[in-house]
Amino acid sequence: MEFKHIAGLISAAAISVAAMSVALPGTASAQDKTVKIGVIFPLSGNAASAGVHGKAAIETAVEIINTGSGGLGNLPLTNNAGLKGLGGAKVEVVFADNQGSPAVGQNQALRLITEEKVVALAGAYQSGITLTASAIAEKYGIPFVNGESVAANLTERGFKWFFRVTPVASDFAKIYLEFLKDMKAGGIKTDNVAIVHENTEYGTSVSSVITSVFKENGLAIALDIPYAANTTDVQSQVLQLKDKKPDVVIMVSYTSDAILYAKTMQALDYKPPMIIADNSGFSDPSFIKTAGKLTQGLFNRSSFAIGAPGTPTFLINEMYKKKSGGDDLDDTAARQMQGFFVLAEAIDRAGSTEPAKIQAALKATDLKPDQLIMGYKGVKFDDKGQNVLAAGLVIQLQDGENYTPVWPKQLAKTAPAFPYKGW
Amino acid sequence: MSSILVQVIVGGLLLGAVYALFSSGLTLIWGMMNIVNFAHGDFVMLGMYTAFVVWTLLGVGPLAGVPIAALVLATVGIVVYFGLIRSVMKGPMLAQILGTFGLALLLRYSVFWAFGANFLTLPGDLVGGTYDVLGIKLQASRLLAGVVALLVTLGLHLLLTRTSLGSKMLAVSEDATAAQLMGIRPDSMQAIAWAIAAGATGLAGALIATFFYIAPTVGETLGIVAFVTVSLGGFGSVPGALVAGLLIGVIESVSAYWIGGIYKDIVVYSLFLCFLWFRPQGLMGKT
Repeated sequence: MEFKHIAGLISAAAISVAAMSVALPGTASAQDKTVKIGVIFPLSGNAASAGVHGKAAIETAVEIINTGSGGLGNLPLTNNAGLKGLGGAKVEVVFADNQGSPAVGQNQALRLITEEKVVALAGAYQSGITLTASAIAEKYGIPFVNGESVAANLTERGFKWFFRVTPVASDFAKIYLEFLKDMKAGGIKTDNVAIVHENTEYGTSVSSVITSVFKENGLAIALDIPYAANTTDVQSQVLQLKDKKPDVVIMVSYTSDAILYAKTMQALDYKPPMIIADNSGFSDPSFIKTAGKLTQGLFNRSSFAIGAPGTPTFLINEMYKKKSGGDDLDDTAARQMQGFFVLAEAIDRAGSTEPAKIQAALKATDLKPDQLIMGYKGVKFDDKGQNVLAAGLVIQLQDGENYTPVWPKQLAKTAPAFPYKGW
Repeated sequence: MSSILVQVIVGGLLLGAVYALFSSGLTLIWGMMNIVNFAHGDFVMLGMYTAFVVWTLLGVGPLAGVPIAALVLATVGIVVYFGLIRSVMKGPMLAQILGTFGLALLLRYSVFWAFGANFLTLPGDLVGGTYDVLGIKLQASRLLAGVVALLVTLGLHLLLTRTSLGSKMLAVSEDATAAQLMGIRPDSMQAIAWAIAAGATGLAGALIATFFYIAPTVGETLGIVAFVTVSLGGFGSVPGALVAGLLIGVIESVSAYWIGGIYKDIVVYSLFLCFLWFRPQGLMGKT
């Protein structure tokens, strides 16, 4: 019945879209010189702050590709204007707002494909929305490249048109595990681990992956605290933690909840010995601005560093800042930008806007670390569409203003600081 | 009783007082003119942004921010009444619903445009810190909001039941034509009701801003709670909103602690529906 309902909705949407394209003839043919890519982000709704930063990142990438002024090392597509493989065609992005809703994200994917005639899709930030939007792309045979969603099952669906560049939950679970083992060897207590996570696709799947990876390695999760995303209050969850006194708290939250937790922990005077935050909310620049000073010593994961002045990532960050209103490129936005570059490079290499050729080019992608803005070991997709060379590191918000790499040792700028300082 | 449980209940009461605080404006509008203001949550949001602007420009906290937010929102209330409500009230129920809903989106996206999507907060120490009473943590900002919630409820209740202005307002709400025959101008009474309701909502927003995040979509999150609080308390009943707010706060808190955060809404809403089954007019609503 559920399926019928959804199918009904989709066909209704398809009919209205078809009606609209009849009403507006000739929209697709006029732009032979551009390559249209659809990007779905949460541009309104509770995750809008992340979506707006993602949009700025994609706009920066488009500017870099279309002007091609060079000076960015071996980063592909940066040395000539437009896409060389398509006779210098410019990249044009059509943004769509998923409003934080899986249903809306799905409709937008449908609209972008059938009405805007995009040749490929990217997005959609929230794992739960990437899930629904990419299902439409799969149905229509349009490549969907995701740079940021980490829920494990996205690449477990046997999809042929879905490609994911970011490391996934299991990669990070292993990083956390190794990090904790290393800290334990240094005398830090890490036996009693609690996970606090929001209950949409992202939080649920990440926490279950962490739980199973930890279990396989003989480290049980003592306390699992799920909560509803966009909640008005988290006092009870913080009190549960305060009562059980875990050594390590792992938090999987979006921005609004992350801010509430930071404020509530301070109000209830609760400081766990160690907090590991799983990116997203805690990497949002507006989290760091509003609650960074309340969460000093927070650990987080990242695959991106702005780098020294003059490096490609530094220069890209300078360009990004002009579009983001001064905010630095954060890990999430950088992963989104990387995903977009991978897609554009594949289209360029395909030398065609035919979806099947782009798909084939994506499958053949083999980028080296110096061709990336992220700290991955490269980009190469397996049969499921997952980048097998994705990697990450542990960072810490030591001063409440900037994250610094602290683990593993060879990538660290400073040593991890203990205990968690809070405010 | 363990001290953690006491803390859970105290936290629930403070949360509930805040729910009551931002629900009183909604219940007033309903009681006065049978209009459900779907833009209510966004009025709260405007109050929060007003407090933020006051703090950014003048560097002062809620002492100035709260009254200014109340005044700004009271003005917004009057403008909304004359610009929108007066005309849609003549139309069918659907026009009223869609009218205020459209207003909600207009306000939300105007703020989006003006302030961007970023989350903002007021500095945490604007209203003292946290008091420790026998091991129970009382956050000053929430305590202030709770006390003000009680005062606002009391004030609105006295206004409606003990003053001639209140009697006139109630007269208009009961029978506008008859009231007009008695020399009361329904238009001004309803404009005043909107000013008071929106003002109380702005005040609530400014107080909530001292411990909550500020974002263009925050009205969505808070708005739903306001509707539940008001229908549980009884549409139009100011004291009902207070009792309902406290009740919901405590139930949410305790169920989130005992059963789990993702189940608290199930507990609250199933109790809510059961209650409405027996008493559809709410706790203190008129039949």
